[in-house]
Amino acid sequence: MDILIYGTINSVALAIMALGFALVYGISRVPNFAHGSIYVLAGFITWSFLRTLGLPYFWSVIITLLIVGFAGALLYQFILIRVRGMAISEIIASYAVGIAILEGLRWGGFRGMSYTLPVFAEGSVMIGGVPVDFHRIIMVLVGAGIFVGLYLFTHYTRIGLALRGMAQDERAALMLGIDSDLMAVVSMVIGAMLAGMAGILLLPLGNIVVEAGYNVLILAIAVCIVGGLGSWGGAVLAAFLIGFAQILTVVYLGSHYQMVVALLAIIFTLILKPSGLFGLQKQLEERV
Amino acid sequence: MTSETILEARELSKNFGGITALSRVNFHVNRGEILGIIGPNGSGKTTLINCLTGFIRMSSGEVFFKGKNISNKAAHKIADMGLTRTFQIMRPYYSLPAYKNLVIPLFAPRAKRTGGWRGGGKLGDRTTVSIDILEEIGFERDSFVPFKMASTLPTGYLKRLELARCLALKPEIILCDEVFSGLSMSEIASMVPLIERLQMDGITLVMIEHRLRELFQVANRVMVMNFGVKLFEGTAQEVMANDQVKKAYFGSEEVEEVMHYA
Amino acid sequence: MSSTHRRKERIDRGIKVRTEGLYALMSWRELSYLTLPRLVLIVGMLVLPFVMPGMYWQKVITIVCIYAMIAIGFDFLAHYVGLVSLGGAFFIGAGGYLAAILNSSYGLPPLLTIPIATVLGAAICTLLLLPCLPLRGVYFAIVTLMYPLVLARIIEALDILGGTDGIMGVDSFASSWVEQYVAIGMVLVFVFALRRLVNTDLGLVFRAVKDNDQAVRASGMNISYYKAVAVFLASAMGCLAGACLVHIYMWAGISLFALDFSIIPIAATVIGGGGTIVGPVLGCLILVPISELLREFGTLRIVFYSLILVGFIVFRSEGIMVFGERKYHQFQRWVRV
Repeated sequence: MDILIYGTINSVALAIMALGFALVYGISRVPNFAHGSIYVLAGFITWSFLRTLGLPYFWSVIITLLIVGFAGALLYQFILIRVRGMAISEIIASYAVGIAILEGLRWGGFRGMSYTLPVFAEGSVMIGGVPVDFHRIIMVLVGAGIFVGLYLFTHYTRIGLALRGMAQDERAALMLGIDSDLMAVVSMVIGAMLAGMAGILLLPLGNIVVEAGYNVLILAIAVCIVGGLGSWGGAVLAAFLIGFAQILTVVYLGSHYQMVVALLAIIFTLILKPSGLFGLQKQLEERV
Repeated sequence: MTSETILEARELSKNFGGITALSRVNFHVNRGEILGIIGPNGSGKTTLINCLTGFIRMSSGEVFFKGKNISNKAAHKIADMGLTRTFQIMRPYYSLPAYKNLVIPLFAPRAKRTGGWRGGGKLGDRTTVSIDILEEIGFERDSFVPFKMASTLPTGYLKRLELARCLALKPEIILCDEVFSGLSMSEIASMVPLIERLQMDGITLVMIEHRLRELFQVANRVMVMNFGVKLFEGTAQEVMANDQVKKAYFGSEEVEEVMHYA
Repeated sequence: MSSTHRRKERIDRGIKVRTEGLYALMSWRELSYLTLPRLVLIVGMLVLPFVMPGMYWQKVITIVCIYAMIAIGFDFLAHYVGLVSLGGAFFIGAGGYLAAILNSSYGLPPLLTIPIATVLGAAICTLLLLPCLPLRGVYFAIVTLMYPLVLARIIEALDILGGTDGIMGVDSFASSWVEQYVAIGMVLVFVFALRRLVNTDLGLVFRAVKDNDQAVRASGMNISYYKAVAVFLASAMGCLAGACLVHIYMWAGISLFALDFSIIPIAATVIGGGGTIVGPVLGCLILVPISELLREFGTLRIVFYSLILVGFIVFRSEGIMVFGERKYHQFQRWVRV
């Protein structure tokens, strides 16, 4: 029973981490390797507002989300737009920016145990005989809310539909008058805010460490590859697969093997079904 | 010209998600003949070539080459057996000069085994062999044309370069995807004798074409496709006289008839 | 239009044309046009240890060569085969740990551990990268980026291979001179060997795989095999560098998977000129000493390289050697259109 609870919590956490990356890649085909750094950056900015400026938690969160969204837009508008279309340069450029942010935070003295974000609510509750603290419950609920909200946004609002159109066929969308650069900026903003939201939701569960940035990047990529680069539903499903696999290895083998699970998931996917679970790039399998 | 079947497809089908690109196509090619495949745009001709040569996985059906089942074999293995193809959107190696474009197929295991085009079984210096092949398909030897960068060559030369890339492997059959398209009248006038010469050298050719006049000059048999289905097969005269073929190309006034094929 | 327009025209220099093929032997002038740059490179690198003031800077030269070996591999894979390897640290770590194990557990001397670690390490790296070779280039970049990060964490979490402490007590080279000249020698060998390789027929096949891999498949060649050969070559260079590194530092640890080994080669290639094989060496000669000078700033230097890298990529500058080669071989003038 506790496997079920912890598995679900872990899976939702992974899905929240991966969603920002999956969204940006799905819409504008830009792999945003600065994803993990935005995660940590959001935690750092919220912490600064809380401790240094003494703002209330809620407003710190809101302002942080706005800041990271703006940062995402800047990242696209000044850097990624110039290398748009050259996949490798996009990866190198966004990776370099991500590393610059993370290592810059590390140099800024951001290490050790003293930086934490407070949980949203203290206390825990028993579910089916398993203690679950409130923050994790809130995380699962907020995560589910994000998924539902994103689904509604992309299916019922004009901008959301335009984003989906771009994700399916950029040329056709261009012919319908959808500005691809503007949509890419929008997707980067949303993706950055999702990364920031993930940071705000998940960092209170531990310390704010720079290593988390790299870990989140690895896990987000693993989830997206297993689920299929470009498929949001696949990312959610893959998050559950990997999430439960990780919890199972923790229970039966030991807690050190979590990264191994992620790596093996990627390798197996690339060998067996390269386009992922719901992969849209079926031509990877068309090759005999 | 013997009537030995060199290539045969049985019940070949291919679906892309909900779209049926090919539906139960049956045909065969005899050794030494030129088979033309024609049909309106979107009838599945390029998909057919992709399935036959292993670039796309078939949904169902079988392909036999010289009696051996090659269904869903890897593309490079099929080319290694002697079944080669050209590409409709021709892509030479742009960063290399024309003669170096041919050095690459001459590096293939098949070229080493067979000695390349006109090779007597042993492959000599690849640069020399490639210039020889280029001369044979119409690049003037003494000019600088073989040494020009492939990105600077006009369409006629590039189409011939595509054919030369297949010839370097000493193929038994070449599947040509629209070699005549994009050529000017003078370029076509020099292409047709090249095709005939290839047939005289013993190579079987399957040609997908839109330019019917030139195709009917060289083809022994013609096959017509529409909406992924083989409509008709016969000589050029029979094809031009057939009613179904005319309807496929020109449309008909009876709407239900057209819907029937979809 | 009556107004005149001008455009730039670039023409090969006379002496470049005169040195094509056999005509290079015509006179001393033509010979020196071709050989002088290469001599400058060889002599310059061989003389470097002597002009360096002190042991510390001699070690820096060796480290430059280590980075150069990774950077050459990166340039070869990226510009001649079309595979972008974002994780040079993967090769360093593989070669380094292998050499350390061979030395400390089996007692083999550096003379043996380095060649064995090179070949064995290259085989292991190629094997681990095999699943992504048939796929598009993006997957290779993602997987190479991830391997050093994941492996470092696995070693730390499972506490194998020495865990966070690493493997201590690795032998060093016979003397510091041997150390330096092995590194410099290998770099020179690799540079000249690769430049020759890309002009052979096999090199042409690699370039064709980068240009249009469908056509290569249609010519009856297995592209995964050729990509694997290229990855083997590049990873052999990286593993050799890693093996040398552990014998220099006499220690092997998780820091072998550090980001430095992934970022500096890429930045060096971009700055020094991609596609020239010798550009990355120049880039390393510039970047690594700067990195050493900035060492007291801690990880800020990584921020520094990353930003330089982003700048070069975004503004699409061609790199020093590409610019230099063009100036050397061609001159330009304004022409009226």
